[in-house]
Amino acid sequence: MAEVGVGEQVAVPSSSLRRAAVSPWRLMRTFALVGLCAFGGVMPWVYRAVVEQEKWLDEREFAEMWSVCMILPGATSTNVAATLGYRLGGLRGASAAVVGLLTPPFIIVLIMAVLYKRYGDVPAVHGAVRGITAVAAGLVFATAVKLAKGQPRKSVVAIFAVAACVGISILKWPLMGVVGALVPVSLAVEWRTAK
Amino acid sequence: MTLLEIAWHFFTVSLVAFGAATSVTPDIHRVLVETRHVMTEEQFAGLFSMSQAAPGTNVMFVTVLGWQVAGLAGALTTTISFLGPTALIALFVERFGTRYRNAKWHISIRRSLAPVTVGLLMSTGYLLQRSAMSPAGVALAIIATAVLTWSKLTPLWLTAVGAILGAAGLV
Repeated sequence: MAEVGVGEQVAVPSSSLRRAAVSPWRLMRTFALVGLCAFGGVMPWVYRAVVEQEKWLDEREFAEMWSVCMILPGATSTNVAATLGYRLGGLRGASAAVVGLLTPPFIIVLIMAVLYKRYGDVPAVHGAVRGITAVAAGLVFATAVKLAKGQPRKSVVAIFAVAACVGISILKWPLMGVVGALVPVSLAVEWRTAK
Repeated sequence: MTLLEIAWHFFTVSLVAFGAATSVTPDIHRVLVETRHVMTEEQFAGLFSMSQAAPGTNVMFVTVLGWQVAGLAGALTTTISFLGPTALIALFVERFGTRYRNAKWHISIRRSLAPVTVGLLMSTGYLLQRSAMSPAGVALAIIATAVLTWSKLTPLWLTAVGAILGAAGLV
Protein backbone atom coordinates (compact mmCIF):
# COMPACT_ATOMS: atom_id res chain seq x y z
CA MET A 1 0.00 0.00 0.00
CA ALA A 2 2.81 2.36 0.89
CA GLU A 3 4.38 2.30 -2.55
CA VAL A 4 1.13 3.38 -4.20
CA GLY A 5 0.98 6.43 -1.96
CA VAL A 6 4.58 7.33 -2.73
CA GLY A 7 4.15 6.67 -6.46
CA GLU A 8 1.33 9.14 -6.48
CA GLN A 9 3.50 11.97 -5.25
CA VAL A 10 6.25 11.34 -7.76
CA ALA A 11 5.42 12.20 -11.37
CA VAL A 12 5.36 8.61 -12.62
CA PRO A 13 2.38 7.17 -14.57
CA SER A 14 -0.78 7.82 -12.59
CA SER A 15 -1.97 5.02 -10.37
CA SER A 16 -5.01 4.39 -12.58
CA LEU A 17 -2.72 3.39 -15.44
CA ARG A 18 -0.98 0.77 -13.36
CA ARG A 19 -4.27 -0.90 -12.54
CA ALA A 20 -5.73 -3.79 -14.52
CA ALA A 21 -9.24 -3.25 -15.88
CA VAL A 22 -12.06 -4.79 -13.86
CA SER A 23 -15.03 -6.29 -15.71
CA PRO A 24 -18.40 -4.51 -15.46
CA TRP A 25 -19.93 -7.68 -14.01
CA ARG A 26 -17.40 -7.82 -11.22
CA LEU A 27 -18.07 -4.14 -10.43
CA MET A 28 -21.82 -4.66 -10.51
CA ARG A 29 -21.58 -7.72 -8.26
CA THR A 30 -19.29 -6.02 -5.76
CA PHE A 31 -21.43 -2.90 -5.52
CA ALA A 32 -24.69 -4.89 -5.46
CA LEU A 33 -23.36 -6.83 -2.48
CA VAL A 34 -22.42 -3.55 -0.80
CA GLY A 35 -25.89 -2.14 -1.51
CA LEU A 36 -27.49 -5.26 -0.10
CA CYS A 37 -25.47 -5.45 3.13
CA ALA A 38 -24.88 -1.80 3.92
CA PHE A 39 -26.85 -0.52 6.87
CA GLY A 40 -26.53 3.03 8.15
CA GLY A 41 -24.59 4.71 5.38
CA VAL A 42 -23.06 2.81 2.54
CA MET A 43 -19.56 4.32 2.52
CA PRO A 44 -18.07 2.20 5.34
CA TRP A 45 -19.13 -0.86 3.38
CA VAL A 46 -17.74 0.51 0.14
CA TYR A 47 -14.48 1.05 2.04
CA ARG A 48 -14.43 -2.57 3.22
CA ALA A 49 -15.15 -3.92 -0.26
CA VAL A 50 -12.90 -1.61 -2.28
CA VAL A 51 -9.91 -1.20 0.05
CA GLU A 52 -9.89 -4.20 2.40
CA GLN A 53 -11.30 -6.97 0.21
CA GLU A 54 -10.74 -6.15 -3.48
CA LYS A 55 -7.73 -3.88 -2.84
CA TRP A 56 -8.67 -1.70 -5.81
CA LEU A 57 -7.51 1.41 -3.91
CA ASP A 58 -5.31 2.02 -0.88
CA GLU A 59 -6.53 3.97 2.15
CA ARG A 60 -5.22 7.32 1.03
CA GLU A 61 -6.51 7.00 -2.54
CA PHE A 62 -9.86 6.01 -1.14
CA ALA A 63 -9.94 8.92 1.29
CA GLU A 64 -9.14 11.31 -1.55
CA MET A 65 -11.74 9.86 -3.91
CA TRP A 66 -14.25 9.91 -1.10
CA SER A 67 -13.49 13.54 -0.27
CA VAL A 68 -13.86 14.66 -3.87
CA CYS A 69 -17.13 12.73 -4.23
CA MET A 70 -18.36 14.17 -0.96
CA ILE A 71 -17.67 17.74 -2.01
CA LEU A 72 -19.33 17.17 -5.40
CA PRO A 73 -23.13 17.48 -5.36
CA GLY A 74 -25.36 14.43 -5.03
CA ALA A 75 -24.98 11.23 -3.03
CA THR A 76 -21.39 10.46 -2.06
CA SER A 77 -21.75 6.70 -2.49
CA THR A 78 -23.26 6.95 -5.97
CA ASN A 79 -20.55 9.41 -7.00
CA VAL A 80 -17.87 7.02 -5.72
CA ALA A 81 -19.46 4.12 -7.61
CA ALA A 82 -19.51 6.18 -10.82
CA THR A 83 -15.94 7.46 -10.32
CA LEU A 84 -14.39 4.13 -9.33
CA GLY A 85 -16.40 2.24 -11.96
CA TYR A 86 -15.14 4.64 -14.59
CA ARG A 87 -11.54 4.45 -13.39
CA LEU A 88 -11.53 0.64 -13.40
CA GLY A 89 -13.86 -0.17 -16.28
CA GLY A 90 -14.74 2.91 -18.35
CA LEU A 91 -18.30 4.03 -19.04
CA ARG A 92 -19.63 0.48 -18.85
CA GLY A 93 -17.91 0.02 -15.53
CA ALA A 94 -19.41 3.24 -14.19
CA SER A 95 -22.94 2.27 -15.24
CA ALA A 96 -22.50 -1.23 -13.85
CA ALA A 97 -21.27 0.02 -10.47
CA VAL A 98 -24.07 2.59 -10.10
CA VAL A 99 -26.83 0.17 -11.16
CA GLY A 100 -25.36 -2.51 -8.90
CA LEU A 101 -25.18 -0.16 -5.94
CA LEU A 102 -28.74 1.17 -6.27
CA THR A 103 -30.92 -1.70 -7.49
CA PRO A 104 -30.97 -3.96 -4.39
CA PRO A 105 -31.68 -1.15 -1.89
CA PHE A 106 -34.25 0.36 -4.26
CA ILE A 107 -36.27 -2.85 -4.22
CA ILE A 108 -35.75 -3.49 -0.50
CA VAL A 109 -36.62 0.02 0.62
CA LEU A 110 -39.90 -0.06 -1.32
CA ILE A 111 -40.84 -3.42 0.23
CA MET A 112 -39.97 -1.93 3.63
CA ALA A 113 -42.07 1.15 2.90
CA VAL A 114 -45.10 -1.04 2.19
CA LEU A 115 -44.51 -3.06 5.37
CA TYR A 116 -43.77 0.06 7.40
CA LYS A 117 -47.09 1.56 6.38
CA ARG A 118 -48.83 -1.48 7.83
CA TYR A 119 -46.71 -2.29 10.90
CA GLY A 120 -44.82 0.91 11.74
CA ASP A 121 -46.80 1.46 14.94
CA VAL A 122 -45.75 -1.87 16.48
CA PRO A 123 -43.33 -1.05 19.38
CA ALA A 124 -40.92 -3.87 18.46
CA VAL A 125 -40.52 -2.50 14.91
CA HIS A 126 -39.98 1.00 16.24
CA GLY A 127 -37.38 -0.30 18.73
CA ALA A 128 -35.54 -2.31 16.08
CA VAL A 129 -35.17 0.84 13.96
CA ARG A 130 -33.67 2.63 16.99
CA GLY A 131 -31.23 -0.20 17.66
CA ILE A 132 -30.07 -0.26 14.05
CA THR A 133 -29.62 3.53 14.13
CA ALA A 134 -27.34 3.30 17.19
CA VAL A 135 -25.09 0.72 15.51
CA ALA A 136 -25.10 2.81 12.34
CA ALA A 137 -23.77 5.78 14.34
CA GLY A 138 -20.96 3.56 15.68
CA LEU A 139 -20.10 2.42 12.17
CA VAL A 140 -19.82 6.01 10.95
CA PHE A 141 -17.56 6.97 13.90
CA ALA A 142 -15.37 3.92 13.33
CA THR A 143 -14.98 4.85 9.67
CA ALA A 144 -13.93 8.37 10.66
CA VAL A 145 -11.25 6.92 12.97
CA LYS A 146 -9.98 4.50 10.31
CA LEU A 147 -9.79 7.24 7.68
CA ALA A 148 -7.93 9.54 10.06
CA LYS A 149 -5.42 6.75 10.83
CA GLY A 150 -4.65 6.47 7.10
CA GLN A 151 -3.61 10.13 6.80
CA PRO A 152 0.05 11.19 6.96
CA ARG A 153 -0.24 13.93 9.63
CA LYS A 154 -2.60 12.86 12.41
CA SER A 155 -2.51 16.12 14.40
CA VAL A 156 -3.51 18.18 11.35
CA VAL A 157 -6.37 15.77 10.66
CA ALA A 158 -7.55 16.00 14.27
CA ILE A 159 -7.60 19.81 14.28
CA PHE A 160 -9.57 20.13 11.05
CA ALA A 161 -11.90 17.25 11.88
CA VAL A 162 -12.82 18.71 15.25
CA ALA A 163 -13.27 22.17 13.73
CA ALA A 164 -15.62 20.79 11.05
CA CYS A 165 -17.57 18.75 13.58
CA VAL A 166 -17.99 21.67 15.99
CA GLY A 167 -19.06 23.99 13.16
CA ILE A 168 -21.75 21.68 11.86
CA SER A 169 -22.99 19.76 14.90
CA ILE A 170 -22.67 22.32 17.69
CA LEU A 171 -22.70 25.74 16.06
CA LYS A 172 -25.11 24.45 13.37
CA TRP A 173 -23.47 26.46 10.63
CA PRO A 174 -24.44 25.62 7.04
CA LEU A 175 -22.40 22.81 5.57
CA MET A 176 -21.07 24.83 2.67
CA GLY A 177 -19.96 27.63 4.97
CA VAL A 178 -17.97 25.26 7.17
CA VAL A 179 -16.40 23.42 4.24
CA GLY A 180 -15.76 26.68 2.40
CA ALA A 181 -13.96 28.13 5.42
CA LEU A 182 -11.90 25.07 6.39
CA VAL A 183 -10.78 23.76 3.03
CA PRO A 184 -8.73 26.85 2.03
CA VAL A 185 -6.90 26.75 5.39
CA SER A 186 -6.35 23.01 5.10
CA LEU A 187 -5.16 23.57 1.54
CA ALA A 188 -2.67 26.22 2.68
CA VAL A 189 -1.26 23.86 5.31
CA GLU A 190 -1.06 21.05 2.78
CA TRP A 191 0.57 23.28 0.18
CA ARG A 192 3.28 24.49 2.58
CA THR A 193 4.15 20.99 3.76
CA ALA A 194 3.98 19.26 0.37
CA LYS A 195 7.33 18.57 -1.25
CA MET B 1 -47.59 17.30 -8.20
CA THR B 2 -46.76 15.94 -11.65
CA LEU B 3 -43.83 13.60 -12.26
CA LEU B 4 -42.10 16.38 -14.18
CA GLU B 5 -42.43 18.78 -11.25
CA ILE B 6 -41.12 16.12 -8.87
CA ALA B 7 -38.19 15.37 -11.16
CA TRP B 8 -37.33 19.06 -11.50
CA HIS B 9 -37.38 19.68 -7.75
CA PHE B 10 -35.26 16.67 -6.87
CA PHE B 11 -32.83 17.49 -9.68
CA THR B 12 -32.32 21.10 -8.59
CA VAL B 13 -32.00 20.11 -4.94
CA SER B 14 -29.42 17.44 -5.80
CA LEU B 15 -27.18 20.12 -7.31
CA VAL B 16 -26.77 21.80 -3.93
CA ALA B 17 -26.44 18.54 -1.97
CA PHE B 18 -22.78 19.06 -1.12
CA GLY B 19 -21.15 16.98 1.58
CA ALA B 20 -24.04 14.66 2.29
CA ALA B 21 -27.27 13.95 0.43
CA THR B 22 -29.29 14.12 3.62
CA SER B 23 -28.20 17.74 4.09
CA VAL B 24 -30.92 18.86 1.65
CA THR B 25 -33.68 17.08 3.59
CA PRO B 26 -35.08 20.34 5.01
CA ASP B 27 -35.66 21.72 1.52
CA ILE B 28 -37.37 18.54 0.31
CA HIS B 29 -39.50 18.66 3.46
CA ARG B 30 -40.41 22.27 2.75
CA VAL B 31 -41.71 21.49 -0.74
CA LEU B 32 -43.42 18.14 -0.16
CA VAL B 33 -45.04 18.89 3.19
CA GLU B 34 -45.34 22.66 3.55
CA THR B 35 -45.75 24.02 0.01
CA ARG B 36 -47.37 21.24 -2.01
CA HIS B 37 -49.02 19.28 0.83
CA VAL B 38 -48.48 15.93 -0.90
CA MET B 39 -47.81 14.18 2.42
CA THR B 40 -48.26 14.83 6.12
CA GLU B 41 -45.57 15.71 8.63
CA GLU B 42 -45.93 12.24 10.19
CA GLN B 43 -45.65 10.44 6.87
CA PHE B 44 -42.51 12.38 5.99
CA ALA B 45 -40.77 11.77 9.33
CA GLY B 46 -41.77 8.11 9.49
CA LEU B 47 -40.66 7.31 5.95
CA PHE B 48 -37.41 9.21 6.40
CA SER B 49 -36.25 7.36 9.52
CA MET B 50 -37.48 4.05 8.13
CA SER B 51 -35.34 4.58 5.04
CA GLN B 52 -32.31 5.30 7.25
CA ALA B 53 -32.63 1.84 8.81
CA ALA B 54 -32.84 0.16 5.38
CA PRO B 55 -29.75 -1.34 3.75
CA GLY B 56 -27.96 0.63 1.06
CA THR B 57 -27.18 4.30 0.67
CA ASN B 58 -29.05 6.57 3.08
CA VAL B 59 -30.11 8.62 0.05
CA MET B 60 -32.88 6.05 -0.51
CA PHE B 61 -35.08 8.41 1.46
CA VAL B 62 -35.70 10.15 -1.88
CA THR B 63 -36.98 6.82 -3.22
CA VAL B 64 -39.59 6.28 -0.49
CA LEU B 65 -40.69 9.91 -0.59
CA GLY B 66 -41.23 9.58 -4.35
CA TRP B 67 -43.14 6.38 -3.73
CA GLN B 68 -45.39 8.12 -1.21
CA VAL B 69 -46.21 10.85 -3.74
CA ALA B 70 -46.68 8.82 -6.93
CA GLY B 71 -46.08 5.10 -6.37
CA LEU B 72 -43.44 3.18 -8.31
CA ALA B 73 -43.24 5.86 -11.02
CA GLY B 74 -42.61 8.44 -8.32
CA ALA B 75 -39.89 6.29 -6.71
CA LEU B 76 -38.10 5.91 -10.04
CA THR B 77 -38.50 9.62 -10.80
CA THR B 78 -37.00 10.89 -7.53
CA THR B 79 -34.20 8.32 -7.49
CA ILE B 80 -33.07 8.94 -11.08
CA SER B 81 -33.47 12.72 -11.03
CA PHE B 82 -31.62 13.05 -7.72
CA LEU B 83 -28.75 10.65 -8.41
CA GLY B 84 -28.35 10.50 -12.20
CA PRO B 85 -27.17 14.01 -13.13
CA THR B 86 -24.85 14.30 -10.11
CA ALA B 87 -23.26 10.91 -10.86
CA LEU B 88 -22.58 12.25 -14.38
CA ILE B 89 -20.89 15.31 -12.89
CA ALA B 90 -18.67 13.05 -10.75
CA LEU B 91 -17.83 11.05 -13.86
CA PHE B 92 -16.78 14.17 -15.75
CA VAL B 93 -14.57 15.24 -12.87
CA GLU B 94 -12.92 11.81 -12.89
CA ARG B 95 -12.62 11.87 -16.70
CA PHE B 96 -11.13 15.36 -17.07
CA GLY B 97 -9.61 15.85 -13.64
CA THR B 98 -7.30 12.83 -13.67
CA ARG B 99 -4.82 14.15 -16.22
CA TYR B 100 -3.63 16.53 -13.49
CA ARG B 101 -3.58 13.84 -10.80
CA ASN B 102 0.16 14.22 -10.27
CA ALA B 103 0.19 18.01 -10.29
CA LYS B 104 1.15 19.43 -6.93
CA TRP B 105 -1.97 21.61 -6.69
CA HIS B 106 -4.19 18.66 -7.49
CA ILE B 107 -2.60 16.44 -4.84
CA SER B 108 -2.78 19.26 -2.31
CA ILE B 109 -6.48 19.87 -2.96
CA ARG B 110 -7.30 16.21 -2.54
CA ARG B 111 -5.19 15.85 0.59
CA SER B 112 -6.65 18.98 2.14
CA LEU B 113 -10.20 17.70 1.74
CA ALA B 114 -9.62 14.46 3.65
CA PRO B 115 -9.34 15.96 7.19
CA VAL B 116 -12.57 17.91 6.66
CA THR B 117 -14.25 14.70 5.51
CA VAL B 118 -13.33 13.06 8.80
CA GLY B 119 -15.08 15.92 10.58
CA LEU B 120 -18.20 15.69 8.42
CA LEU B 121 -18.37 11.99 9.18
CA MET B 122 -18.18 12.69 12.89
CA SER B 123 -21.08 15.11 12.46
CA THR B 124 -23.11 12.48 10.66
CA GLY B 125 -22.41 9.97 13.41
CA TYR B 126 -23.43 12.55 15.99
CA LEU B 127 -26.67 13.24 14.11
CA LEU B 128 -27.51 9.51 13.96
CA GLN B 129 -26.56 9.20 17.59
CA ARG B 130 -29.01 11.92 18.63
CA SER B 131 -31.98 9.99 17.25
CA ALA B 132 -31.03 7.04 19.50
CA MET B 133 -30.48 9.18 22.57
CA SER B 134 -31.28 6.72 25.38
CA PRO B 135 -28.27 5.82 27.61
CA ALA B 136 -28.40 2.24 26.33
CA GLY B 137 -28.47 3.55 22.76
CA VAL B 138 -25.40 5.70 23.41
CA ALA B 139 -23.63 2.74 25.04
CA LEU B 140 -24.46 0.55 22.06
CA ALA B 141 -23.10 3.18 19.66
CA ILE B 142 -19.85 3.49 21.67
CA ILE B 143 -19.38 -0.29 21.80
CA ALA B 144 -20.09 -0.52 18.07
CA THR B 145 -17.52 2.23 17.39
CA ALA B 146 -14.81 0.41 19.39
CA VAL B 147 -15.54 -3.03 17.92
CA LEU B 148 -15.65 -1.77 14.34
CA THR B 149 -12.49 0.33 14.73
CA TRP B 150 -10.27 -2.39 16.15
CA SER B 151 -11.65 -5.56 14.59
CA LYS B 152 -12.54 -6.73 11.11
CA LEU B 153 -15.92 -8.01 12.29
CA THR B 154 -18.63 -7.62 9.63
CA PRO B 155 -20.88 -4.75 10.71
CA LEU B 156 -23.89 -6.83 9.68
CA TRP B 157 -23.66 -8.87 12.91
CA LEU B 158 -23.68 -5.77 15.07
CA THR B 159 -26.61 -4.42 13.05
CA ALA B 160 -28.52 -7.62 13.80
CA VAL B 161 -27.65 -7.34 17.50
CA GLY B 162 -28.85 -3.72 17.48
CA ALA B 163 -32.14 -4.68 15.82
CA ILE B 164 -32.75 -7.50 18.34
CA LEU B 165 -31.89 -5.34 21.38
CA GLY B 166 -34.10 -2.57 20.03
CA ALA B 167 -37.02 -4.88 19.26
CA ALA B 168 -36.75 -6.26 22.81
CA GLY B 169 -37.08 -2.70 24.11
CA LEU B 170 -33.57 -2.61 25.60
CA VAL B 171 -32.15 0.34 23.60
